[in-house]
Amino acid sequence: MNLPIYLDNNATTPMDPRVLEAMLPYFTTKFGNAASRNHPFGWVAEEGVDYAREQVAKLIGASEKEIIFTSGATESDNLAIKGVFEMYKEKGNHIITTVTEHKAVLDACKHLEKLGGKVTYLPVKEDGLVDLELLEQSMTPETILVSVMYGNNEIGVIQPIKEISAIAHKHGALFMTDAVQAVGKIPVNVNTDGIDLLALSAHKIYGPKGVGALYVRRKGPRVKVTAQMDGGGHERGMRSGTLNVPGIVGLGKACELCGLEMESEAKRLSALRDKLQNSLTVLEESYVNGNIEHRLPHVANISFKYVEGEGLMMAMKDLAVSSGSACTSASLEPSYVLKSLGLSDDLAHSSIRFGLGRFTTEEEVDYAIEVTKKSVNHLRELSPLWEMFKEGVDLSKIEWAEH
Amino acid sequence: MAYSDKVIDHYTNPRNVGTLDKSSHKVGTGLVGAPECGDVMRLQIEVGEDNVITDAKFKTFGCGSAIASSSLATEWLKGKSIDDAMKIDNMDIVEELALPPVKIHCSVLAEDAIKAAINDFRVKNGMAPIESEKVHH
Repeated sequence: MNLPIYLDNNATTPMDPRVLEAMLPYFTTKFGNAASRNHPFGWVAEEGVDYAREQVAKLIGASEKEIIFTSGATESDNLAIKGVFEMYKEKGNHIITTVTEHKAVLDACKHLEKLGGKVTYLPVKEDGLVDLELLEQSMTPETILVSVMYGNNEIGVIQPIKEISAIAHKHGALFMTDAVQAVGKIPVNVNTDGIDLLALSAHKIYGPKGVGALYVRRKGPRVKVTAQMDGGGHERGMRSGTLNVPGIVGLGKACELCGLEMESEAKRLSALRDKLQNSLTVLEESYVNGNIEHRLPHVANISFKYVEGEGLMMAMKDLAVSSGSACTSASLEPSYVLKSLGLSDDLAHSSIRFGLGRFTTEEEVDYAIEVTKKSVNHLRELSPLWEMFKEGVDLSKIEWAEH
Repeated sequence: MAYSDKVIDHYTNPRNVGTLDKSSHKVGTGLVGAPECGDVMRLQIEVGEDNVITDAKFKTFGCGSAIASSSLATEWLKGKSIDDAMKIDNMDIVEELALPPVKIHCSVLAEDAIKAAINDFRVKNGMAPIESEKVHH
């Protein structure tokens, strides 16, 4: 076992060597521009792209014509939201999303508010799931788009996508989902799930960074988005720019591997995740954040009360994890996702996200359990809050000097 | 963000972790920060004759820099008179631990904790608390 151990697979994943192998020729011998239609160098590159398009489409039950390659999910989210807003402005200007979305979605929506868009940011329930009744009530004749992420990056909860898309469609709106954390980890099907637009990224599924895709439905209804970059009219005019052929080939291979291995991998990872979670929640005053039933198989977000997350990560120096404590950021604000679950700030500061992945072994999980337990106990010995809790002091009754 | 060696040293081997009897008239206790903000420091001093600090203990809920700042503060406090201790400036801590700008608030909190502990001792022993001329937010 090599240290440190990588348990931050929601942030990014290592690239699968099989993906790298597929990509390599496209850097050197197959270097052509996929848009060069008049010589073999272009044809070979285009073939690689076409094959990748099929591989991506297959993973999400789409047709290859519905896949637009982008530089990553942030671009896909922006293209979908801003592109729909521009394309459908005759119909309406209202977008519905949730407070727990990725910043790429939230900030794209905020941008549209400056351009006359109306955006409803739905709160979520304590378990992180969207309240379907509230969604239904929020729909208006002007609603053109409902954008709800498939699986959450911080807590891993899976939204009721079928129900949400049905509500959107009932009211004549399109349904878009940021499925970055879900695609390749759990079955996602644009038809049975009723998805009109879907953003995905290669580097979360053991592919390269800097490449992603946007699925845009072509039939029932035919969805259009206004391009957000002007240029050569690549990708059916929706996304100009010379195609990142090696990256796209890598994304395709990554999708193919996920399709082949997802089922067994999900079982393996959820067993490891449950082992980790069950061993850590044995610790007093530790809580799992978010719904545990509707959750991605590889994620556990746990708060260890009376211990600060960043301090804890420093103690677990051989584990690469992440924390909802934003002590490193200038704002000092803890995670907005955890806060939106109704978690108090102190519990949000005390959270650790464990993200397992394809290369995580049981030995590593066992090690992570031991290190985490030891570190939590060590820091509690140092924590005045833990001492007060043990003495029976009600911490909520203390007048803290907030700084 | 990488931590300095001194922060890592104090964090890994914190000095003077513990609790003094806060009901003793010789002990001053400073509890500063808030759980919502992600750091709480409790710093205690035991003061002997001639108002010299004979012992100092801390417990801190917070990041590595907060723990290191309070650990360092207890080291500096021992053997100082309470008047000299009052002069410890947060920037001394920043310098000693090479704290980056985003961690300066940890040193501020440590300075606040020192002053709060000294004032608690002063009030307990019939002395007026000393108002700090610096206002931190």
